[in-house]
Amino acid sequence: MLAFILKRLLLVLPVVLAVSLVCFLLVYIAPGDPLISVLPPDASAELAEQMRRAYGFDRPLPVQFGIWLWKALHGDLGTSIATGRAVADEVARAVGNTLRLAAVASVLGFSFGLLFGFLAGYFRDTWVDRLVTTISIAGVSTPHYWLGMVLVIIFSVQLGWLPAVGAGPGGWAWDWEHLQFLILPAITMSVIPMGIVTRTVRALVGDILSQEFVLALRAKGLGEGRVFAHVAKNATPTAVAVMGLQLGYLLGGSILIETVFSWPGTGFLLNAAIFQRDLPLLQGTILVLALFFVFLNLMVDVLQAAIDPRIKRS
Amino acid sequence: MSVLADDLIDLAATRKSRGYWGNVGRRLLRDPVSMICAAILLLIALAAVFAPYLGLADPYLGSMIRRLRPIGTAGYPLGTDELGRDMLTRLVHGGRLSLLIGLLPVVFAFFIGTTLGIIAGYLGGVVNQLIMRTVDVFYAFPSVLLAIAISGALGGGLLNSLLSLTIVFIPPIVRVAESVTTGVRSLDFVDAARASGAGALTIMRVHILGNVLGPIFVYATSLISVCMILAAGLSFLGLGTKPPEPEWGLMLNTLRTAIYVNPWVAALPGVMIFTVSICFNLLSDGMRSAMDVRN
Repeated sequence: MLAFILKRLLLVLPVVLAVSLVCFLLVYIAPGDPLISVLPPDASAELAEQMRRAYGFDRPLPVQFGIWLWKALHGDLGTSIATGRAVADEVARAVGNTLRLAAVASVLGFSFGLLFGFLAGYFRDTWVDRLVTTISIAGVSTPHYWLGMVLVIIFSVQLGWLPAVGAGPGGWAWDWEHLQFLILPAITMSVIPMGIVTRTVRALVGDILSQEFVLALRAKGLGEGRVFAHVAKNATPTAVAVMGLQLGYLLGGSILIETVFSWPGTGFLLNAAIFQRDLPLLQGTILVLALFFVFLNLMVDVLQAAIDPRIKRS
Repeated sequence: MSVLADDLIDLAATRKSRGYWGNVGRRLLRDPVSMICAAILLLIALAAVFAPYLGLADPYLGSMIRRLRPIGTAGYPLGTDELGRDMLTRLVHGGRLSLLIGLLPVVFAFFIGTTLGIIAGYLGGVVNQLIMRTVDVFYAFPSVLLAIAISGALGGGLLNSLLSLTIVFIPPIVRVAESVTTGVRSLDFVDAARASGAGALTIMRVHILGNVLGPIFVYATSLISVCMILAAGLSFLGLGTKPPEPEWGLMLNTLRTAIYVNPWVAALPGVMIFTVSICFNLLSDGMRSAMDVRN
């Protein structure tokens, strides 16, 4: 197992490097001088040159990448142009909110997805299956930012039960005062992973049930409950992989939902960075989110190998 | 002699097979869900294309005294938006840009991704490693994040959002194309073509392409729904279309402030995105099962 983990870690290194390179290059595909937003509009050519040297923009690109990477490794992601604060601090503050939202959304989405998926797979081609399939297709086809708006219209505007925007006063606490802000964005966010997990698990359970070993289990007189345990065990590795991937998508895709609900997470930060042309903030936030995604993929691989010994051997 | 010839012709005529694609088409025609979805999509697309000739109101003409009328107002069947523009005409006209930015990235990515995937799958070796490892890097980003990162850095606008979405959809298509090509490459007819002296380009174009296009095409159609949602999402964030252009994502964005005044009008553009997206999803599912020979 340790050898497997080490091997996977070794394979992840070039990916991490490449991801950093893409994030680094984001600033260079941006049109205009990267200094334009820090320089006063009437800056002399001399001052511009001085600033260029101070920021290291006069160095060759690979050297700049090396310096940037070295700083990033030490937790220095540069300074936000808009606020003047360290990007790492800004991201650290926002990341907690996004993780909290994504965690609740994934618990919701995954539990309903697993439940629906097992039901549909077990009762293949019955009305249960058709109902669940319809729900899951509707789930994956929903523009989630629109669903968020509709939920706000129903539960905030019409009924007045829940607040429409924000994350509650002061810092986060797990009490009703704060939790009521989390409910609508979490439900909105859980719809797409719910649909995808349902689809995957339905197909998976259907496949497993049609295999001969299930027939053998039933033939030797095992009760449905025990047969179900076998099916669940066989479905786990793939289900875990899909859920891990979906959690990563939740973190990366939260920008739309955070915008709808003004949820103060990384997506909200990204939105601000884009519209204030705050490129260091954009770069830093995307780097952190992408590295989270790479890390999640790694965890999924290790977890899968731990559950299913066949993966380790191959 | 001539009787025999006639018989042979008759035989040839009755035996004339519809071919694989003919069968797929027939199976698709018999699937009611797929046909309903296709009809809805066709209706929305035709309405969008011929929007200027349908005798609808001017989608850009606002009126300060007729802002945010509710659904069902006389003269405004679907109400008016925050600038007093007729919602019905804006929803119909909105289909032009919304469908375009939802479809074009997948079409571009289909061509580029198929080409790269076939090259990687057929040539193998260093070329394969080069293409597939580059694709892996893009897989290390969640797709929404990648699209937003690229169009955010480029600074929004219609062309930039098309570009960023195309980049997002190339890697998955390359992966599918590569794996299908790898499966076909080792089959006997490819060896036969090579033995008869065909070059790599000819083999890829004549022998491989026809055999891999089907699965790649069906996979690409399943991406359209995602692309619709993402493209409208970029506009919703203000990264795609610019006002006053009618486009469903952007309309959703500008109407967001109106949810306290006239909530259901504000939700209408999303209904369009949802409808188109679910129809493409169901149609793609229908196509996949129609192409599944096991059925």
